[in-house]
Amino acid sequence: MKGYLTEIETMGLVDGPGMRLVLFLSGCPYRCLYCHNPETWIKNNYTQTTTPKEVLKLYNKFKNYYDPSGGVTFSGGEPLVQSAFVLQTAKLLKKHNVHTALDTAGGVVGDFSKLLKYIDLVILDIKATTEKEHKAICGHDMQNFNNFLALCEKLDKKLWLRHVIVPNINDDEKHIEKLAKYIKNIKNVEKIELLPYHSMAKSKYEKFKIKYPLDGYLDMDKKKCAELESKLLKLLHKS
Amino acid sequence: MEEVQWKDFKGQIWKEKIDVSAFIEANYTEYTGDESFLSPISKKTKIVWDRCVKLLEEERKKGGCLDVETNILSGITAFKPGYIDKENEVIVGLQTDAPLKRIVNMYGGTKIALKALSAHGYKLNPQVQEHFVTYRKTHNDGVYDAYTPLIRRARKNGLLTGLPDGYGRGRIIGDYRRIALYGIDRLIEEKQKDLCADYIDENNLEECIRLREEVSEQIKTLNQIKEMAKSYGFDVSKPAQNAQQALQWTYFAYLSGAKENNGAATSLGRDATFFDIYIERDLKNGIINEEEAQELIDQFVIKLRLIRHLRTPEYDELFAGDPTWVTESIAGMLDEKRSLVTKSSFRFLHTLENLDASAEPNLTVLWSKNLPENFKRYAAKISIKTDSIQYEGDDTMRPLYGHDYAISCCVSSMKEGKQMQYFGARCNLAKALLYAINGGYDEMSFMKVVDDCERIQDEFLDYSVVRQKYSQMLKKIAKIYVDANNIIHYMHDKYAYEASQMALHDTNVERLMAFGVAGFSCAVDSLSAIKYAKVKPIRNDEGIAIDFEISGDFPKFGNDDDRVDNLAIELVQEFFDDLKVHKLYRNAKATLSILTITSNVVYGQKTGSTPDGRKAGQAFAPGANPMHNRDNSGALSSLNSVAKIPFANCCQDGISNTFSIVPSALGHNLDEQVNNLVHILDGYFAQGAQHINVNVLDRELLIDAMNNPSKYPNLTIRVSGYAVNFNKLDRAHQEEVIARTFHEKR
Repeated sequence: MKGYLTEIETMGLVDGPGMRLVLFLSGCPYRCLYCHNPETWIKNNYTQTTTPKEVLKLYNKFKNYYDPSGGVTFSGGEPLVQSAFVLQTAKLLKKHNVHTALDTAGGVVGDFSKLLKYIDLVILDIKATTEKEHKAICGHDMQNFNNFLALCEKLDKKLWLRHVIVPNINDDEKHIEKLAKYIKNIKNVEKIELLPYHSMAKSKYEKFKIKYPLDGYLDMDKKKCAELESKLLKLLHKS
Repeated sequence: MEEVQWKDFKGQIWKEKIDVSAFIEANYTEYTGDESFLSPISKKTKIVWDRCVKLLEEERKKGGCLDVETNILSGITAFKPGYIDKENEVIVGLQTDAPLKRIVNMYGGTKIALKALSAHGYKLNPQVQEHFVTYRKTHNDGVYDAYTPLIRRARKNGLLTGLPDGYGRGRIIGDYRRIALYGIDRLIEEKQKDLCADYIDENNLEECIRLREEVSEQIKTLNQIKEMAKSYGFDVSKPAQNAQQALQWTYFAYLSGAKENNGAATSLGRDATFFDIYIERDLKNGIINEEEAQELIDQFVIKLRLIRHLRTPEYDELFAGDPTWVTESIAGMLDEKRSLVTKSSFRFLHTLENLDASAEPNLTVLWSKNLPENFKRYAAKISIKTDSIQYEGDDTMRPLYGHDYAISCCVSSMKEGKQMQYFGARCNLAKALLYAINGGYDEMSFMKVVDDCERIQDEFLDYSVVRQKYSQMLKKIAKIYVDANNIIHYMHDKYAYEASQMALHDTNVERLMAFGVAGFSCAVDSLSAIKYAKVKPIRNDEGIAIDFEISGDFPKFGNDDDRVDNLAIELVQEFFDDLKVHKLYRNAKATLSILTITSNVVYGQKTGSTPDGRKAGQAFAPGANPMHNRDNSGALSSLNSVAKIPFANCCQDGISNTFSIVPSALGHNLDEQVNNLVHILDGYFAQGAQHINVNVLDRELLIDAMNNPSKYPNLTIRVSGYAVNFNKLDRAHQEEVIARTFHEKR
């Protein structure tokens, strides 16, 4: 069983609780306007391969840093593209009591109930709250996402929600209100993060000779993004 | 024995014999809460510190030296009392009669002292100079009377460097707390007891006589400390009766050492928790409040920030940034369960908030996985904010040193008052490898330094041939290195004995001889290149390899790759074994450090091209650090490689690692950054690591600071076992720091 990766972060500090081993798996069906990892779109664009055993071995190398609050995060790309590898790896990790997180946008067809059995935390990227916006941002409808979210709720999975804020696209208070309403109905939400859009990936697009979709858009002001986040949390708290 | 000043203190052992450690154990109050109790800077402290900031600015403007006392030479009672702002000082005492005015100390060596004076534009009072030079022999004179030709060649060519043969060796920490707890009279009484034995052991004649003379010297200096304290209006013959006195007495003891000696490192010891016992008692009895408690510690720390020694430009090149290594060891554990963290551990770190970031005192947190979470988080927070703290593994050191050891200089642990150290500087392992290849010829001067060895003449270097020659060379060099240090410390004891500091040790002290290595990761990578890639020496007409052509890749130290990391372990173990077989002066026990301070720059300048691809003159990495930007498998892999180097029974004088990480890689916000730094430290030390300097900053910030120093008056960074004000580094050192690996989010 092989996994295809674009990168391994051994000191992952921002993708899940504690310090973590983060695997960036190649392959993603979405083409989000603000994507900052275009190198992960194509599965065959991998830079290295690995196996579940190798992942465990790597984890153990850094166990002293990861324990007890950290673990392994499957990110990407869209890790569900390589769901068989994620399943095998997560299963092995759980056998050794390693905390597992899946950083996904839920954008793949399939039954992931078996996989989710071995996942402790789902970090779910909400692209948008309506079909129209969803399509505009990532080029796909919400069907797969909705199915995946429903499955997470059915299996009582802990959720961390993420949502990217782009100036002039979704940085208005109205959008935040809409988002609050949407999130209110989701079960088991432990944490919500609004991520400010940045244009640092622009040079990658140039390297790959892909037109940069958000040309002319400014970086999202971090302070303003934080304000929107606290507004969102306030709205959720009230209700 | 019972003293009125000991009211409310528990325990018996420490009353019967000198044992500060037992006193602490019986009386301290562990604190597991957070930092919310801390007080801001007091009015008095603010006035005193503002005055110091002005003086420090003047010092900077004058090129790094504000003033020198040119009529009087060093000595505990040599100077009239000096003040910063007498009315507002709650802790008093200066090295001379004015703040930042430096002492001339000639006992280490006349030449160097006079050179330092003239470098700063001063001239010693001619009469004083004439008398001293005519009537007094120095440490430096003695050493050169005894040095062998081989030592001279090794020294001249930079095989051995930084040897303390012309200035004070430093590194000795008196147990300064003893004066506060017992008062001078009791200490003199105990030393008198040691002197009254009538038996002179004929089998150990020299040692026996020497020790008797030394103890008498110690008693003299104890009386001088009393006299010096009296000039400030305090009677230190009796124990301290409150917190103010405990800090004041301890400071007088430390200050005496800094008046008497000019050693490179004059470290303080482990005082925070000791002081806390007095502070707690005073708080309980309503004698002081929290603001006054913090005021005492802030002002104590201000005094430590003003300690200065007169140095030559050559010395500054080696130890950049005018460091004094007033190292204070904080926290650590009493045993597996109870930490030695007290409120005063917080108060010491809090000085970095009340008085801004600072290189001195060298605040060193003794880290254990079992330290209270709140304290871990506070230390990490202050680290991130100020880059002024270093961390050392208490779980690594405590099993060997017990719970009352302190760090001297950067990384050297010693039992307080029970062990002393003969500082041995370092041997250049990268150059030693070149000597193995070149048959003892120096690759820069082309001088024959080491005899009886043949150069390697192969077109390509063969690992087993090189490794065998390297082993032979290391054995020969170890002998030269040991000889040099035996001579140095024999003469230092004879001509520049640190009587006031040794008075605050047990008479039968355990002696360590602290050897060291430089160019460590460069030597290791060179071995790896020879083993795993193809290395072709480029030889000059005389057949000396002056450069190397490397084809193919090879594993590099700092990537958690056992193929090369095992070469590193093997190298230090071998060299330590080579050293420890020799007889050491006064039966000292050999220890070894991988620590270069900032001398990695100068050692690099003196070393030719190496087989790892490093070009002649380029800097080495500091301490045990991987070579710059070769540790590219992530920060944790870099840490793991260094953590593999054996501490116990090998590099027991310390393994220095300087770690720089950009803030964004450590987390989105301060809270995340704090959490993650705690994880890094827990993980690193859980593997038996010994030391880490943490810098959380961007390379761009340093570049900006290099070009616009005035924008960053207090920018403090950890370099190698100590912190410096970035502006005090010269350009070469600044560039070296900027060239180091900064772990970024990838």
